[in-house]
Amino acid sequence: MTFVKIISVAFFLFLVATAWNNPAGAGDRPDFAGAVAALNSDDFDEKIKAVETLAALGDPRAVPVLQALLDSRLSAAEDGRLLYADGDVYRDAMDGQPVTGVDPADLSDVSANNRVRGAIEGAIGQLSLFDPNPEKRRGAARAVADSKSAEAVDLLQRALAQETDPATGSVMTTALAGLQLRDADRTVRLTAIHTLASSTDPTMLGLLERLQDGERDQAVRRAADQAISGIRQRIALIGIGAHLFEGFSLGSVLLLAAIGLAITFGVMGVVNMAHGEMIMLGAYATYVVQQCFRMWLPASAFDAYLVVAVPVAFLISGAVGIALERGVIRFLYGRPLETLLSTWGISLVLQQLVRTIFGAPNKEVANPAWMTGGIDMSGGFILTWNRLIIIVFCLVVLGALAALLRYSRFGLQMRAVAQNRPMAAAMGIRTGRVDALTFGLGSGIAGIAGVALSQIGNVSPNLGQGYIVDSFMVVVFGGVGSLWGTLLGAVSLGVVNKFLEPYAGAMLGKILVLVFIILFIQKRPRGLFALKGRSIEG
Amino acid sequence: MTSPLHRLLQFHDRRFWLSFAVVGAVLLGLVPLLNLLPGENSALHLPNYMIPLLGKYLCYGLLALALDLVWGYAGVLSLGHGAFFALGGYAMGMYLMREIGTRGVYGNPLLPDFMVFLAWKELPWYWMGFDHFAFAALMVVLVPACLALVFGWLAFRSRITGVYLSIITQAMTFALMLAFFRNEMGFGGNNGLTDFKDLLGFDLRDQTTKVALYAASVVALGAALLICRFVVASKLGRVMMAMRDAESRVRFLGYSVTATKLFAFTLSAALAGIAGALYVPQVGIINPSEFSPANSIEIAIWVAVGGRGTLVGAILGALAVNAAKTWLTGALPDAWLFFLGALFIAVTLVLPDGLTGLAGRLHRRRPKAPPAREEKHA
Repeated sequence: MTFVKIISVAFFLFLVATAWNNPAGAGDRPDFAGAVAALNSDDFDEKIKAVETLAALGDPRAVPVLQALLDSRLSAAEDGRLLYADGDVYRDAMDGQPVTGVDPADLSDVSANNRVRGAIEGAIGQLSLFDPNPEKRRGAARAVADSKSAEAVDLLQRALAQETDPATGSVMTTALAGLQLRDADRTVRLTAIHTLASSTDPTMLGLLERLQDGERDQAVRRAADQAISGIRQRIALIGIGAHLFEGFSLGSVLLLAAIGLAITFGVMGVVNMAHGEMIMLGAYATYVVQQCFRMWLPASAFDAYLVVAVPVAFLISGAVGIALERGVIRFLYGRPLETLLSTWGISLVLQQLVRTIFGAPNKEVANPAWMTGGIDMSGGFILTWNRLIIIVFCLVVLGALAALLRYSRFGLQMRAVAQNRPMAAAMGIRTGRVDALTFGLGSGIAGIAGVALSQIGNVSPNLGQGYIVDSFMVVVFGGVGSLWGTLLGAVSLGVVNKFLEPYAGAMLGKILVLVFIILFIQKRPRGLFALKGRSIEG
Repeated sequence: MTSPLHRLLQFHDRRFWLSFAVVGAVLLGLVPLLNLLPGENSALHLPNYMIPLLGKYLCYGLLALALDLVWGYAGVLSLGHGAFFALGGYAMGMYLMREIGTRGVYGNPLLPDFMVFLAWKELPWYWMGFDHFAFAALMVVLVPACLALVFGWLAFRSRITGVYLSIITQAMTFALMLAFFRNEMGFGGNNGLTDFKDLLGFDLRDQTTKVALYAASVVALGAALLICRFVVASKLGRVMMAMRDAESRVRFLGYSVTATKLFAFTLSAALAGIAGALYVPQVGIINPSEFSPANSIEIAIWVAVGGRGTLVGAILGALAVNAAKTWLTGALPDAWLFFLGALFIAVTLVLPDGLTGLAGRLHRRRPKAPPAREEKHA
């Protein structure tokens, strides 16, 4: 019978595999094939035993099979072979090879109850220790450290023995030490504490504290004391670092949202309440570019969509900005309160327009691969790529804008019109055109901000509203008309906000910052970096 | 020396007093009569739902009147009047919550339902005294007025003017909104205050109570109109208008710009608080969204539609825009924001003097109060 042949071949393969995996004790371990076959047992207790055996074997081949059983994709053929559906193909549970010519009608489902499912979830967690992906191995090691199962120590030791990636190895060492804190042997406990003393993991801190409660041995207690205070100190330091990073990240977001406003409000004096909607349009432009890439371009090109979205968003928001300036705002120069009201009206119309076209629910904008993940600092603190890239990106935008204002002909004309309009006109500058382009530039930069914001938040018609008060605060705080003031204003507000948050909560922190700004304006009504001049009011 | 009443009478000609009396009689006499007297099926019967709706509009009218006093006459565009309105509303809401007593879901004699739900043990100190109507009524005026006094003193003293003032008043209402959303504040968090039962012992669901609240709104609006009229026609009102048109010049002439603005701002905030207090029992709920900056800006458009610096125009603007809102949000929900946005743009571009200005132009006659214009500084 072919079945016997297959089983024996599989068994041979398995022997080779386990021998290679685990040269120490292949012989006395229950076999992989037997355990897989036992998954189809009629008795649920047998099934659970088989699942536990598979977990203890530590063979990564078991993962897809167990996953299939969990998802009810595992079935038994008439000849007793176990097959699992993988998309359109059936694969053999023993070796994962595709099997052809299977008639679904001949298959009977392998069932599982909740107890079996629970066991499978635990087993998959443990098996992930042997997953080819180091990310998954690290995750599994952390998860195992929390579990109370008796085989966990054994499993971790085996995983550690064959681990090649140093970062993953250290995670496993820590997890192992965490488990060994419960060891009956006092020397094992002491070694474990010494290993953990260099950790920055809050779960390990919790484990040490728990150990201290029940510990009788004085030497172990002292060692644990020292380890705990060391870990606490390091966690606090990392916390400060994390707050700084989050603060800079928030600052960069605020800065991106405010740079455009620094142009339209700071340079031109136009109170543009529709500024937030320019950001929102940029975010929706990103969404549209993403959809176009998904529809018409191969998947390999998808990661480039964000690069394309930047100029597209700039042009769309800029064009809308120019249209607004020519159509509405230019009639209202010198009447700031009317400008405020009419631009508010524009923002309502734009929001409703986007809601009508795209619908009210949030749109999903994917991070390209090069923006996902991050640099894993110790202590559960991750410098995520998307936030790092946004920080760099906003500095680049600010630098480019400063250079444009300083060195280009258009920048010169812009400054001339802002300083003395009649004189600029007399020198032959077409002030109306400069006004339109300046407003377009400010709006376009808001659109670019929208591209960045689409990567870290929801894209919805209300996206811009959340930023409008903040961006005005940044511009007023930093000093109207000063790019460097805007930079400093945004970064300091971001950092202060993030440092207040843990003590006061997110909302109260925000309220405190707003109150602070209101009081600050008392002292310096023209912001941190007031432009020096002799302009007279009234 | 003439008495204030005598002076008030002098401000207007007979035609004003006649129309004031006629409108007052219609609103105060005819409307409730049409609701209460004819049978349900009579053609003359005013449906029951109209009474609180009209009352709500009148509260908005009072709020618009308050904003017109500071914006139209003192040149201060406050984008925080929604906050004063909501504070007055919360003060009234707190009284109404205490009135519920043991009739709440949890039946706690002292604590409102949401506090029981959050497992609070005792009433916070700032809820003390709100079981007395007189105290609550005092707070309705005092809380917004005090906030306006402190905030205005800080802002006007350091000469924050024009859009800067608008933006920081907007920040103020934004901060208050965030604060009132917090459950820890003790004002019901997200849900606000609701489920009111009765006011001064009268059941709020009774039609007669509703009519009485509506009548109270009419009286409050009429009184507020006369007070504002009195203020703007006085010497102080002249200084306010002069300040609106040329602030530095008024300062050089020796008037205290800070004190004048502060007076207008505080009075206006108190009126907004009263509007909020009348509004809450008629709509039956107050929640933090009343603080949202968008609401405050909407008040400015009511005033602008009606015509700034006309007082009566502001009231008419509030009534017109809100009637349009009720109708449009029912008939074409998606179109309302388009309409409102277009209204903002159209009024600022083509109707700077609002509807009253338009009416004046149609009659080839200038309106009595000159249209407001800001000074040309940003």
